[in-house]
Amino acid sequence: MIHSLLARYHQGNHTIGYPEEPAPEMPARYCGRPIIDQKQCQGIECTICRDCCPTVALQREPSGLLSLDMGRCLFCGSCEQHCPQDAITFSRDFRLAAADRNDLMIRAVQPPINIHLDQLRRQLFRRSLKLRQVSAGGCNACEADTNVLGTIVYDLGRFGIQFVASPRHADGILVTGPVTSNMKEALLETYTAIPEPKIVIATGACAVSGGLFCDHPEASAGLDQLLPVDLYVPGCPPHPMTILEGLLQMLGLVSRVTAPAQRITSISLS
Amino acid sequence: MIDVAVVVRNTEPVALQDIPRLSFDVFQEIIADALSSGMYMAALPAVGNGRQAREIVAVLRHDQPGRLYLLRTGKPEEWPSMTGRFPQIAPFERELAEETGLQLSGHPRSVPLRYLPHDDLEEDEKNRYIGSHDFLKASGEEMHEVAVGPVHAGIIEPGHFRFLCHGETIFHLEISLGYQHRGIETALRNRLPDRRLILLMETLAGDTSIGHTLACCQALEGLTGCLVSRRAMDIRAIALELERVANHVGDLGAMAMDVGYAPTASFCGRLRGAFLNITAMLCGNRYGRGVVVPGGAACDVDQELAATMAGRIRQHFSDVTEAANLLWNSPSVLARFEETGSLSRNQAEELGLVGPAARACGLEIDTRMDFPTGAYLYYRLPTSVWFTGDVQGRAFVRWLEIKRSVAFILARLQSLPQGTIQQEVRQLPAEHLVVSLVEGWRGAICHVVLTGTAGDITTYKVVDPSVHNWPGLALAVRGEGIMDFPICNKSFNLSYCGHDL
Repeated sequence: MIHSLLARYHQGNHTIGYPEEPAPEMPARYCGRPIIDQKQCQGIECTICRDCCPTVALQREPSGLLSLDMGRCLFCGSCEQHCPQDAITFSRDFRLAAADRNDLMIRAVQPPINIHLDQLRRQLFRRSLKLRQVSAGGCNACEADTNVLGTIVYDLGRFGIQFVASPRHADGILVTGPVTSNMKEALLETYTAIPEPKIVIATGACAVSGGLFCDHPEASAGLDQLLPVDLYVPGCPPHPMTILEGLLQMLGLVSRVTAPAQRITSISLS
Repeated sequence: MIDVAVVVRNTEPVALQDIPRLSFDVFQEIIADALSSGMYMAALPAVGNGRQAREIVAVLRHDQPGRLYLLRTGKPEEWPSMTGRFPQIAPFERELAEETGLQLSGHPRSVPLRYLPHDDLEEDEKNRYIGSHDFLKASGEEMHEVAVGPVHAGIIEPGHFRFLCHGETIFHLEISLGYQHRGIETALRNRLPDRRLILLMETLAGDTSIGHTLACCQALEGLTGCLVSRRAMDIRAIALELERVANHVGDLGAMAMDVGYAPTASFCGRLRGAFLNITAMLCGNRYGRGVVVPGGAACDVDQELAATMAGRIRQHFSDVTEAANLLWNSPSVLARFEETGSLSRNQAEELGLVGPAARACGLEIDTRMDFPTGAYLYYRLPTSVWFTGDVQGRAFVRWLEIKRSVAFILARLQSLPQGTIQQEVRQLPAEHLVVSLVEGWRGAICHVVLTGTAGDITTYKVVDPSVHNWPGLALAVRGEGIMDFPICNKSFNLSYCGHDL
């Protein structure tokens, strides 16, 4: 008994102060929110970045602009390494989540915008959100980084967010993986079992767009082919801070407009 | 009899024509002979496209001398099962039958391994879809079935467990997997080795990115005779051992959680993330994606980074030591761990277990010792073995491995050899085969790569250690109370997606 008390004293308190305090610094080599400098891009003739992208995340749009789809992006950094003009760089901004699939397209220096959940669900879930997690073919990296949110460093519980054991107890579903055909039925049954109103969160490149498996007949091109998605969290896997920030943004507990991110304790629901 | 087979070392390529092609009867006879004399089936790939496969290659592993034996045969219409005599071959036979459509006769449990969605199913197979699994049944007073999954209560991959229980005692556990099947092996057929191959390896089993990517890169380097620099070998080994330490620390915490011991569960939960963050210092990604590339490593470590990593590792290791010692000194924890989920040495050998689960039963097998490649050719880690084969044994082997891996990582960081870290990898030779073994944190990973006439990959077979070990879990819980299932499951901590591909 005394040993576990001494250990508790030695191990110390490691819960991050975010969002009241600034977020922990991302590693130097971390690939976060991408930035595209269209002026540096060599134009339609150059296809270097598109050729080296494993998931066709980079596209030349009809307007002539180069766009990077964070929903397909694996954040591998290949395009940044290969571009001779340094037109693409990955910042250390971990704030990637969005409510609208179109908001995942990067065409310039685009700071993330605030996510808005509708008034009813924000009011219901702001102080207490119970989520059911379903791995629909995930490789266990997204699952592990979601699991880590429950550990003392991130401590999801202090926001009233918890992962529960049954869809009957849940307010929403957090899905990882490219929705394999073998998991489709189980996923749909779990979703149906959650009482309304509910939230659907797609976590990781596979859930957002099918990722590397989008053209595999055994998988799918993303969760939104099957269910209405309320929050997209890109990454392969998304850093726990990305998932956390996405959840808090969706509930209106942090703002992206003010910097550093501050916790909002009361919001106007108009 | 096994002398007929061609002998290779780990990552040593061989021309397909040099692998003796035997008649099916002789093929099975030689396999039987090998398995009775202490060898293990490492892989049994079908060559070619699933139902159109023409040949089957057997890869047999002989641990003590560190040699691999290869033989092949034409695909038969019917395969008389050898599982009755050699339980370790059970999953391989089921896999062959499902992939190639051959008739498996006499197998005690001839059910699909992964429920591959086939377009060209025979009429009598059309009612075989995942969820239609014909589970074993038992009836009687107080007999009942408990079904768990595919969606599990926690944040974990899907799989189905069907327990046949008498009161609270488990009589039999049947595990039905395949929910994670993404068609990775199919996607790798008939393609040139490109960046996508490496990325698929990294996400094959997302918590074993380094293990599988290293096995793949070793295979490509072996095939092309590419010599990786000593500096790159060391960086790769550092990444692999960091992956091992992070997962073992997480497992100790998870096992503590499952017996309700909050202190260690809480500390190790944090410390696992702390070790993942050290991997992220190396490459930006907590799971080591982007470190291992064909020809070497893509991320270098200068003296300053090495010193910072070493300092943090020492700090975290000190905290892990304190957290782990709480476990070994808590009678309440030991009462749950000891003599729970026990497997005998004999059972481990018969099932062909690998990794910490095998070493906890006293089997001294470790790919780093038996089939060393890369840095393990120059530096040896002691093999961590225990003898009880129970949950305590599997937990304690993890603790021993954490200690030894941390010492190894610190020594490597302190003495990285000079040099570049990436070599060019030439085109693959035509019609060759290579076997690549790596000791992942769950056990021996085996990749078998066959090339075609155009320097392309025709068949890529992946055998994750979990394929060997899932039957071990099913056997270990027999006779235990169903409330001990979570702790037994955590003590194995096997991969669902590594099994399902």
